[in-house]
Amino acid sequence: MAQLEVEDVIVRFGGHVAVDDVSVRADAGRITGLIGPNGAGKTTLFNVITGLLTPNAGRVKLDDRDITKLPPYKRARRGIARTFQRLELFSVLTVRENIAVAAETRRSWAHDGAHKASSIDAIIERIGLQDCADERVDSLPTGQARLVELGRSLASRPSVLLLDEPASGQTESETQRFADLLRELSHEGMTVLVVEHDMQLVMSVCDTICVLDFGRIIATGTPEEIRTNDAVLAAYLGTKKVGA
Amino acid sequence: MSTFLTFLITGLTTAAIYAVGASGLVLTYTTTGVFNFAHGAVGMFGAFLYWQLRFDWGWPAPIALAIVLLVMAPLFGVFLEVAIMRNLEGTSEAVRLVVSISLLAALVGAANWIWDPTQNRFTASFFEGKGFDFFGTRVTWHEAATVLIAIAVAIGLRFVLYNLRAGVAMRATVDDRPLAALNGARSDRSAMLAWAIGCSLAALSGILFLGTLALDAGTLSLLIVNAYAAAMIGRLRSLPMTFLGALIIGLAEAFWQIYRNDLSQHFHVFTSTYLDTFASAIAVIILFVVLWLLPNPRLRGHSRVREFFPTPSLRGSLVFVGIVIAGAAFISAWTTQSHQIDLANVFALGIIALSLVPLTGFAGQVSLASLSFAGIGAVTMAHLGGGGDPLGLLWAALICAGIGALVAIPALRLSGIYLALATAAFAVMLDRWIFNLPNFRVFGWFNVKLFEQGSVAVTRLKVFGLDTSSPRAQVVLGAVAFSLIALFVVALRRSRFGRRLLAMKDSEAACATLGMNLVGTKVAVFALSAAIAGVGGALYGGVQQSVNAQMFSFINGLPIFMLAVVGGIGAIGGAFFAGISLALLTTILPDVVPSLSHLLLITPGLIGISLGRNPSGAVSQIREGFAPMRQSKVALGFLAASLTAIVVLRSTNTIANWPTFFAALVVLVASVPIGEMFAHKAPAEVAEEPGAGAGAEIPLEWVGITRPFTDEDVRQMDAALGISEVEMYGAARS
Repeated sequence: MAQLEVEDVIVRFGGHVAVDDVSVRADAGRITGLIGPNGAGKTTLFNVITGLLTPNAGRVKLDDRDITKLPPYKRARRGIARTFQRLELFSVLTVRENIAVAAETRRSWAHDGAHKASSIDAIIERIGLQDCADERVDSLPTGQARLVELGRSLASRPSVLLLDEPASGQTESETQRFADLLRELSHEGMTVLVVEHDMQLVMSVCDTICVLDFGRIIATGTPEEIRTNDAVLAAYLGTKKVGA
Repeated sequence: MSTFLTFLITGLTTAAIYAVGASGLVLTYTTTGVFNFAHGAVGMFGAFLYWQLRFDWGWPAPIALAIVLLVMAPLFGVFLEVAIMRNLEGTSEAVRLVVSISLLAALVGAANWIWDPTQNRFTASFFEGKGFDFFGTRVTWHEAATVLIAIAVAIGLRFVLYNLRAGVAMRATVDDRPLAALNGARSDRSAMLAWAIGCSLAALSGILFLGTLALDAGTLSLLIVNAYAAAMIGRLRSLPMTFLGALIIGLAEAFWQIYRNDLSQHFHVFTSTYLDTFASAIAVIILFVVLWLLPNPRLRGHSRVREFFPTPSLRGSLVFVGIVIAGAAFISAWTTQSHQIDLANVFALGIIALSLVPLTGFAGQVSLASLSFAGIGAVTMAHLGGGGDPLGLLWAALICAGIGALVAIPALRLSGIYLALATAAFAVMLDRWIFNLPNFRVFGWFNVKLFEQGSVAVTRLKVFGLDTSSPRAQVVLGAVAFSLIALFVVALRRSRFGRRLLAMKDSEAACATLGMNLVGTKVAVFALSAAIAGVGGALYGGVQQSVNAQMFSFINGLPIFMLAVVGGIGAIGGAFFAGISLALLTTILPDVVPSLSHLLLITPGLIGISLGRNPSGAVSQIREGFAPMRQSKVALGFLAASLTAIVVLRSTNTIANWPTFFAALVVLVASVPIGEMFAHKAPAEVAEEPGAGAGAEIPLEWVGITRPFTDEDVRQMDAALGISEVEMYGAARS
């Protein structure tokens, strides 16, 4: 069953069309990549999905139910969680507190013990930040801060996870660990949608990749298909024939 | 018809003045990004200056006008830009807000200092009240000139901004100051020009009010709130819309006067006495509605404000309140009754300041209405706390919480200056309208009693049979109440709700995408803050024993907000700082050193203006200063022993009050170097370590900093990064 569907979404900022009639589908238990040059409309699309931005046209559906009109917090309660490209951590709180805020927030609509100390510890362990769990997050390097954002979104026990450039600022070994974690999450049945510039990561973890350029989808396919797609090469390298 | 025309002309004249004032505000906001809360105060000051030259010294009007509008006001504008506003670039909106509010307070203080507010001042309109006949209605030349001036200002501003090089540069500066500078614009100059013109327009609007309004610093400064409403209709950007806004407000005020009578013939509700002072609140209500109708802003992302408020420890907080209560009990034992009242004020005002800690400090929501809630609390205590019934306190908290939640709902979507303006509008509405109402009935059965158009008595509390009617009992009661509420605030900070507030302050967007309902959280914190302020107000009323509307005016509330921010809005110590400094500045110091009393009027403003350097507040600096003392057992022992000795000496009447005070001060100050002396060893040991470890393995990023770079390091780094020599030296280039 298709978990998350974006249908014919258009977003205009003044005269500029940031997202132009885009449809994307992300399935349960699969990792869908969303790539494209800077300014292609990837983050804008995430904002539309999470409700931070109202599209000028189009629909967002979760499990076949139209959620386009729902405010952000109600979408989160239906199971959508995200991380941010420009980190949006609660900077004066510690790692543990950041995760706790999310877990405690979940209590207002679900009573499943997500807020318990043991659940929070489990998340900290999963993202591998036991050593700095009680440090304020504004003292952490970017790579670890991204992990905190991931941990925070996991604490709300989402069914759909949107990751906005999760690997930028991470070291190679951190990215490696991260890739494993993503695969794990998707095996557990989570729908993962990831925006990323690190091609190695995208190509190695994604089941499906959508390529955005100037607000339009120019290609969709498996990593193998995308790697050899002419339109994609043109968008990234600027010329039509690149010489293989 | 002729009444209609008369009111139309009055309305147009008022609208013209609002338009002149509002356009100056919009000009400075769009060109410098600073929303000048003090714009009205600048106008007020201009009006006073004009009065001084024209009426006190008898200079001819054109000369007086030229000096004020073309020399003094522009110079003041340039001074503002150079001395204050320029330094605000890159600071948070909250700091800018406090600075301009402080400027407002300082200007009002200065005007009251120079021009004794108890004296009546003669003013007259221009052209000696002469006029002409217009379709059977008399129009004064003053009115005609006012409208013409507004039109001239509109055309002039349009010309300056779009046709003159300087104006184009001004508009470029707002968009991007460095970029405008790179393109050859002298941004400093255009900002100066904007402030000069803005101040001149402010002064012009102030002067135009003369003749129709009494010369009063507070009233004139706040008239500009009406102009804010006009500026808000223009979204603080569009000058034409601002003029339209001014027109709407001016006419609405004028026509309310004639149509209220007509309406009351048809609708009984319009005859009620509670609409008597409604006219003065129209502009504020329009401001409130306009703010409410602003398009939904996008959820705020990461705030760039870098205040640092450590999580308070329970133990530290207990020690703090213990010292506060013991200190209050001790000091109050040896002071006169009037000083005991001052001391009790410290705590009551401190509680009102505490109300801002969860709201502004934790949740990042600015409110300028805390003293207004205190006023509601005081009135509640007066009417429902008869005989010192503690239930009055409970009612004060509950009623304020309810009203606080109601105010929060329209204010929910706002932040920064918009939220500040909305809460200011609420405070001014109470100030001008609600607080001045006689007793009235709502829906025919619910009796509302306020200040009864004068003052009402507040009975001091009786708690569990304990009578607190003596001034000293008031001090202890205040200290205990302050301490309990402070501990509650600390517990709140450490609770789930407190974490949620801090999270919301940092990133509303992240909170929403985690499923947090921001509406509920904000309403809750507004209600809580209002309840604390209400309790503070009720206790403040008890200290004063009699309260009136003036005590809880918007203007009087500004210093509490400013000083709480200066003290450190995120910590209970900051609130205590606000209480102490407010009591010191308003009652204690003027009592001890009467010659300073005028200077003290403007001090809160000056302190606030100097903010911006340390957004974490003064208390955090003081804490830091005393850190060596707190860490040294010797110093703490010395402090405890010396203070005990002083207490004993004072109790046995061996020394008097002043020696006690100075001895305590000396002991406190001396404990810091003592602490440093004994704490010295530990840091020295730590400091040696890096030197000793120089030969050993150090982290790669420190190579080149703590020891020189070697070939071995390069090889290690290349290996770590997986770079081969070919890649490094650019074989690919050839």
